[in-house]
Amino acid sequence: MSGTQLLPSIYLVAAVPLFWIAVGLIGLAHQTQRAEHARLYFPLGAAGGLVLAMAAYPALSGEVHAIVLPLGLPDLPFHLRLDHLSAFFLILLGAVSAGISLYAGDYFALSRYGNVRLICLQYHLFLASMAFVLLADDAYLFMVAWESMALASYFLVTTDHEVDEIRRAGFLYLIVAHIGAIAILLCFGTLQLGQWNYTFDAMRGNTLATGWAAVAFLLALVGYGAKAGFLPVHIWLPEAHPAAPSPVSALMSGVMLKTAIYGLLRVTFDLLHQQIWWWGVAALTLGLLTALFGVMFAAVQTDMKRLLAYSSIENIGIILAGTGLAILFHSYNMNVLAALALSATLFHCINHALFKSLLFLTTGSVMHATSHRSLGKLGGLIRSMPWVAAIALIGTLAIAGLPPLNGFASEWMLFQAFLLTPNLPNTYLNMLVPVGTAAFALAVALAGYVMVKFYGIVFLGLPREPLAHAHDAGLMERAGLLWLALWCVVLGVLPVFAVSALDPLVHALTEGSLQESMRKSSWLFLTASSPEKASYGPLLFLLGIVLVWLATFLLVRRFYHGRVRRADPWDCGFAGLNARMQDSAEGFGQPIKQIFEPFFRLERSHPSPFDARPAYFSRIDDRFWYWVYVPVIRLTETLSALVGWLHQGRIHVYLIYSFATLLVLLLLIQ
Amino acid sequence: MNPGYFVSQLLQTLLAVFLAPLMLGWVNQCRAWLQNKSGPGLLQPYRLLLKLFLKDAVIAHNASWLFRLAPYVVFSGMVLAVSIVPVLATDLPFSPAADVIALVGLFATARVFMALAGMDIGTAFGSMGARREMLVASLAEPALLMVFFTPALISQSTALTTIVEALGHRELTLYPSMAFAAVAFLMVLLAENARIPVDNPATHLELTMIHEAMILEYSARHLALMEWAHAIKLMTYISIGIALFVPWGIAQAGDWAMMPLSVGVLIVKLALAGAGLAGLEMVSAKMRIFRVPEFLGMAFLLAVLGMLTHFLLEVNPT
Repeated sequence: MSGTQLLPSIYLVAAVPLFWIAVGLIGLAHQTQRAEHARLYFPLGAAGGLVLAMAAYPALSGEVHAIVLPLGLPDLPFHLRLDHLSAFFLILLGAVSAGISLYAGDYFALSRYGNVRLICLQYHLFLASMAFVLLADDAYLFMVAWESMALASYFLVTTDHEVDEIRRAGFLYLIVAHIGAIAILLCFGTLQLGQWNYTFDAMRGNTLATGWAAVAFLLALVGYGAKAGFLPVHIWLPEAHPAAPSPVSALMSGVMLKTAIYGLLRVTFDLLHQQIWWWGVAALTLGLLTALFGVMFAAVQTDMKRLLAYSSIENIGIILAGTGLAILFHSYNMNVLAALALSATLFHCINHALFKSLLFLTTGSVMHATSHRSLGKLGGLIRSMPWVAAIALIGTLAIAGLPPLNGFASEWMLFQAFLLTPNLPNTYLNMLVPVGTAAFALAVALAGYVMVKFYGIVFLGLPREPLAHAHDAGLMERAGLLWLALWCVVLGVLPVFAVSALDPLVHALTEGSLQESMRKSSWLFLTASSPEKASYGPLLFLLGIVLVWLATFLLVRRFYHGRVRRADPWDCGFAGLNARMQDSAEGFGQPIKQIFEPFFRLERSHPSPFDARPAYFSRIDDRFWYWVYVPVIRLTETLSALVGWLHQGRIHVYLIYSFATLLVLLLLIQ
Repeated sequence: MNPGYFVSQLLQTLLAVFLAPLMLGWVNQCRAWLQNKSGPGLLQPYRLLLKLFLKDAVIAHNASWLFRLAPYVVFSGMVLAVSIVPVLATDLPFSPAADVIALVGLFATARVFMALAGMDIGTAFGSMGARREMLVASLAEPALLMVFFTPALISQSTALTTIVEALGHRELTLYPSMAFAAVAFLMVLLAENARIPVDNPATHLELTMIHEAMILEYSARHLALMEWAHAIKLMTYISIGIALFVPWGIAQAGDWAMMPLSVGVLIVKLALAGAGLAGLEMVSAKMRIFRVPEFLGMAFLLAVLGMLTHFLLEVNPT
């Protein structure tokens, strides 16, 4: 594993972020028309993404390569390393960002706000810093890349900085990101074990005592959790995602959250050699709570990007729960089961990256077409934007976890992992499993509800406000969307290839492998432990549906007269059906609000029947804001008020301070 | 693979698809008898389907392609579902394509398409029906999954055919956990098939409709496909119930001699189940929509209790 071996793969991979930085800098310097500029530089970035994904692909199963760059501070060079884990996340970054960048070409060409040259620089720096986070092999480069990622994304979030709300969202994001960064720094400090050697290789060589290992794990959970959006530190996600331009939201939600998952996996499975069972239980519990919380809040949102942001919290929760299961199995040396849980987790990472970016991008097209973000003003877009609507339907079905698309495949594997937990040699853990499985099943089912709400209100029905100039997406936008949708379908129908490709990585992390069970069945069927126990063949599944569909369609065509009349929809005999009679976003979320009321912090005022001017008001807040953040803010304010009291602004008071200090010092020295 | 398997698969699927309306007719007939009415006869659902297939389709002006696509997707989803469930025999070439989790996913796909189609026209009924259906489903679906997981844990498998082999063809063992699961399954069956305590299939009264409200805009061939799919869904659920809780009599792999017997046993079981369903509907009243979450919450808890019972009573301490 020494850095002496020279192979093109890692150089090519490392060249891509440098290329991105170059694109950003040239883009900054190049003064030209907005549309021309965006359509030139963003597709270049997309090409870089494709190259990155293809260059990293051989490393997913190949050897590990490391190089040392002569950059950085004296005596502190940058270490880069391309192993299975970073290769997987680099492929994710490259493939998903290729679609997003292509889309961004059209998007930024047409959008009105911001300076496109500056956005181009920030956007490509953001991409490059994410790549360096994944490539870093020492804490120094990792933290530099991590911080540039946070800053670049901060500036992208506040692109529209004239709006107060957006500046506030950006500030909140910056604060939470830095709390996380401190925790990560402390985590590396724990891992280096007083050796003052901050390369990951040295950390891998250290063996931590159980207590210190637990401290490192918990710090990693907090630090990476702040970036990923685990439960108490999720607060920035629903603020920052709606504030950012859509391609940036897509990049943050689809890719940046995954870099946090990468960090957590890197620390837990690579840098730390041991896992204790309660870490798994902690991650599992936290993950399931996050998932349930996210999906419930998603159901009651009225802003489409906030809805998607909460849905990201849900999916990150599912990914964390999967990681927890993998840790749990691994701590009991049940390596095959750990491999199953970890494969499901990684598979869900890439699936979520694909469909969430896809949906965020469609909201961008919708906002361009209608200039509305609020669900209360949209509707009926399937007629004016058929392309976007059809592609968004694929994303919707995938994220709702419906077969035969990709979201279902990874959730299926996670269910299998849950069902195999009775093999754990701990009776109390066995009791926990039904509860965990139930929570997971509930979150998955509610996700279906949320996505029907999203799609139904945005694309179906009648427009809730007149949408005069709604138009379909541009060519480049469509190409970017189609790229992502294509992978949603391919990974959904042929999950076995994805899982087999992941196998060397999973084997490297858990020493377990799914090859054994995969070999027993054909490439058509996804299996958990053996084909008799459980199998799922999405291709057959799809073929079955398509065959029956064709047969039915042809039979109906053949024997049915085919007369169709167009008429007005049925209005119960009262003339005057209008768009306001449909469910609003509040209306669709109302049952969830009522059933899960204790989870929300509700402020409502209903008009009385005698009000001359009835007004309805309802506001939903996050309880964590009042439980965690408001007390901290109050405490900070009280403390600063106390400190502020010392600043009297009179010179004699300050002279008294100096005098008192002198006296105290004299007393101490004596 | 033996072509005989494909014959038995095709036979079973066609049988289920074409007999599903008869099942619905039987339930309605039983209910009529219990209400001291003479009833429309067993063949009424077929007459309804024929009538619908002969009519002109009336479609709203603003209906999109999704609206016209949905009935076909729903129908093919249900046909696929019924071909996965072992009704007559356990050697189905199609069954490895989907286990119980995928089966639940298949129901969900059909339902999501139905709900989206309901929202497509933009009427108050359509979106209200879609919302209520999704609400009922999002609470029933986890309960159904938990119901399936109890036998899955007992038989160490989520493939329906393996579960049936394990439960039906071993020596008789009583599983207390399966009792919990059976009650929960019954509650989910009523909710998912729009039967009485949750929804009333016979009403078009505005405020109580769930399923009917969602498909209100459909007519003629589209409605026929929706209604047929609904009948197949009921058939599928009852078959799943039989396969999980009274699997005795389903023919084992390659056991052709058992086939006639298993057909006979199946008919008796289906008839009993239909009569039982009608009886259950007779003695209960439809509940308010906001009672439904409690009802389904109970099903969910019962199913979870079933799993816990399995761990407490049935797993030998190692």
